[in-house]
Amino acid sequence: MGKISLEVNGRKVEKEASDNTLLSTFLREHLQLTGTHIGCDTSQCGACVVHVDGNSLKSCTALAADVNGSKVTTIEGLETNGKMHPMQEAFKKLHGLQCGFCTPGMVMSAVDLLQKNKKPSDTEIRDWLEGNICRCTGYQNIVAAVKEAATKM
Amino acid sequence: MASLVGSRVERKEDKRFLTGKGRYTADINLANQTYAIFVRSPHARASIKKLNIDKALKSSGVVSILTGKEIADDKIGGLIAGWAIRSEDGTEMKCPGNPPLAKDNVNFVGDPVAVVIAESLEEAKEAAEKVEVDYKVLKAVTSTADAMNGDTIHEGIEKNLCFDWLLGDRQKVKEAFDKADKVISIDIINNRLIPNAMEPRACVADFNAASEEITLYTTSQNPHLSRLIMSAFGNVAPEHKLRVVAPDVGGGFGSKINVYNEDIVCSWAAKKINRAIKWVAERSESFLTDIHGRDHVTHAELAVSKDGKFLGFKNETIANLGAYARVFGTVTPTYLFGPCATGVYEIPAAYTNVKAVYTNTAPVDAYRGAGRPEATYTIERLVEKASMELGIDKTELRIKNFPTAFPFKQTLVHTVDSGDYVAGMEKAKQMADYKGFEARRKESEAKGKLRGIGVTSYFEACGIAPSAAVMSLGCGVGLWESAEVRFNPTGQVTVYTGSHSHGQSHQTTFAQIAADELGVPIENIDIVHGDTDKGTFGMGTYGSRSLAVGGIAIVNACKKIVEKGKRVTAKMLEANPEDVEFKDGEFIVSKSNKKKTIGEVAFACYLPGVRDEMKSPLPEGDEPGLKETSFYDPSNFSFPAGTHIAEVEIDPETGHVKLEKYTACDDFGRIINPMVVEGQVHGGLAQGIGQALYENAEYDETGQLMTGSYMDYTMPRADNFPEFNIGYTCTHATTNPLGVKGCGEAGAIAAPPTVMNAVIDALGGQEVTMPATAEKVWKACKNLKKSNAKAA
Repeated sequence: MGKISLEVNGRKVEKEASDNTLLSTFLREHLQLTGTHIGCDTSQCGACVVHVDGNSLKSCTALAADVNGSKVTTIEGLETNGKMHPMQEAFKKLHGLQCGFCTPGMVMSAVDLLQKNKKPSDTEIRDWLEGNICRCTGYQNIVAAVKEAATKM
Repeated sequence: MASLVGSRVERKEDKRFLTGKGRYTADINLANQTYAIFVRSPHARASIKKLNIDKALKSSGVVSILTGKEIADDKIGGLIAGWAIRSEDGTEMKCPGNPPLAKDNVNFVGDPVAVVIAESLEEAKEAAEKVEVDYKVLKAVTSTADAMNGDTIHEGIEKNLCFDWLLGDRQKVKEAFDKADKVISIDIINNRLIPNAMEPRACVADFNAASEEITLYTTSQNPHLSRLIMSAFGNVAPEHKLRVVAPDVGGGFGSKINVYNEDIVCSWAAKKINRAIKWVAERSESFLTDIHGRDHVTHAELAVSKDGKFLGFKNETIANLGAYARVFGTVTPTYLFGPCATGVYEIPAAYTNVKAVYTNTAPVDAYRGAGRPEATYTIERLVEKASMELGIDKTELRIKNFPTAFPFKQTLVHTVDSGDYVAGMEKAKQMADYKGFEARRKESEAKGKLRGIGVTSYFEACGIAPSAAVMSLGCGVGLWESAEVRFNPTGQVTVYTGSHSHGQSHQTTFAQIAADELGVPIENIDIVHGDTDKGTFGMGTYGSRSLAVGGIAIVNACKKIVEKGKRVTAKMLEANPEDVEFKDGEFIVSKSNKKKTIGEVAFACYLPGVRDEMKSPLPEGDEPGLKETSFYDPSNFSFPAGTHIAEVEIDPETGHVKLEKYTACDDFGRIINPMVVEGQVHGGLAQGIGQALYENAEYDETGQLMTGSYMDYTMPRADNFPEFNIGYTCTHATTNPLGVKGCGEAGAIAAPPTVMNAVIDALGGQEVTMPATAEKVWKACKNLKKSNAKAA
């Protein structure tokens, strides 16, 4: 057991957790931030993507202890003053989600793409999202949503 | 007021999913809950010699360990097949018992033998490791094609044969073949798939000792049906003491229709230990124990005249059921498959024979399209081959055999009410620039690449289904759907539907329908589903039935509301009910032009009186309140149809197949929300293209699943697809008041043969099995070089 101190969605948190606690588990079970989803156990599906110190990370690939002291943003922290982020708005406008399960990871990953590449091409978007599996949408409207968000960010 | 039906209304459900406020089963935690881990068989086939839980019971935090013995002692029922199929010789199908925890024998890797319940997940996992099971390993049967020659898996079920089913007339077919100028034959393997909803299955079961009620939160596509099965067959609790809630569900695709072992075990065990139990599948458990799809081995033949008219069709299929027959396991390869196997063509004589076999693999059941993709693959591969062998253009050959008039009495079962297949073909060709293909083929050739074009014309029978029809064919339940429309006194509306949304957008599309019917703003309408305590009953969501059956129930309930509203308005305005018209949310007396809004009428229904006057707005015989229910039983299936065209480019040096273009032109009847329909088509296409190019579930000869993780099972990713080109033709269904047909499965049905026809076209007609991986295609390219060299 050890003490984990993080700043999550702008709020300082401090919790005891066993050393082998994954960041994804810490967020879901210790902080009840259940917007971050677990879709596989092999770091393939990307449903658990969050931002750690500004960069996207599959939160099932890191121990909570490894990111101790970091700033973490989850899907719950993307709104500002109750207003959805342009990426969230674009997903809604262009039907970039269906069942919603992969969506938090997909959105967090897409937001990071636009931080690193302001005007990605279709191919660049599809390549970047290769680590996020969606079974519902066939990805077409997700790609469209990311392009739309790029015009608003 | 503008109609909302037909508009791109943004989804009501999206904000909660986009902000992390969705509530999936794994997000639910109950006070004082325990955690379950299932001990599963590592062997595909074995008898259990001894099961020792002594050490595990002493492990830290263990609350209880239950096995097949306790399940049997408590007379908890097993999992069932929902559809009784009769063999050609008149005998009933043969189904083995399928206890929720195996007691004597295990029949696939992942078959559960015990459940360990502990205070924490870690403790449950640790204790599960200490459960000792002594297995006598037996020889597994894993091959679909050879299953009938393998050891007998289930005592008394000879040749591992569940049934040997026939639809059609062998003699007529023989006569047709005798008259044929040419017979085209094909051997097909329809590859086994794993549905892979992104949310792994999960359940949380709770027991209230005071009320003796069990509440089960579970990842289900049909909570009401789950409750019925768990109560009537599982003996878990009487229906009124069992509440099943399917909250937000992260995709289903058929894999969440079934009641699973874990649902029954956790519900039963929660009562036994008098505490809540939570179980969440790891992805590896999903791979091993979710139902799988497809897995057919087929030989089919098409008899044709020399001018290309189809004369007869025969289809001999072996369908793998896996270890046990589950809810839709037996109907998927029969009534959902056979009737559609003759496709969109007039073929005077046809039969489909299906031998359904047991193997030591995960149960096979309905996966998106269920039976209809297998049927469409068979006929459309055969037709494409016929076009090559006859030298008739693939689109012309199809058109030549399309029905010329509707209703179209299809060869084997269905009467298709509406459609225009020629219009669909012509539009698809235009969208895909079919004419320009040869030029594109030459361009590819110039780059050293092989280019192919593939076509599929399909229809599907969905909107399942008329109860009397399906029950006559062996279905254990009717397939109607219910809806309840409830006005609040202050004018907002809650609609309860028995169907379930796990991505399909019911909260939005159903609200669009109700808004149009009632003239109430859509923001004042909420759709409620997924809880047996809320709403009447329902058969759930599968077979593209939510709109074509569930949506019509909503329409009918709304119409009853309007009828009552007319009576009440007439009384209030001292008019005849026949003189009251309803439009855009207002009841208008045609003679006087006096009116009442539907909100005023609802208010009057709930507050039927006036101060200082003994006066009720309610006509004699009408009760207070404004709430109506409909149980809608469709009069026919619905029949979406369309033509899809794919173009691929193959690099012969690597065997890599690049899907260059994909065009889908579908007829779904009236479209409620074009944005949602596009999404459904895209998703179906991705799964269908996945089957053709990427996905394959593979067992080795000992029954170990070789593709049990996302490292081994190729899930389609964003960079696997081009931008799809989607279009529509529209003929309204004549059998329901909305004219709708259903759109959820079309992509998964049409895409596999479309893509494979293109691949095989590029390979000069060489057969390749699905998925057309680079390795297989590269080998075919080498053969092509050899045969070209010989020809030269």
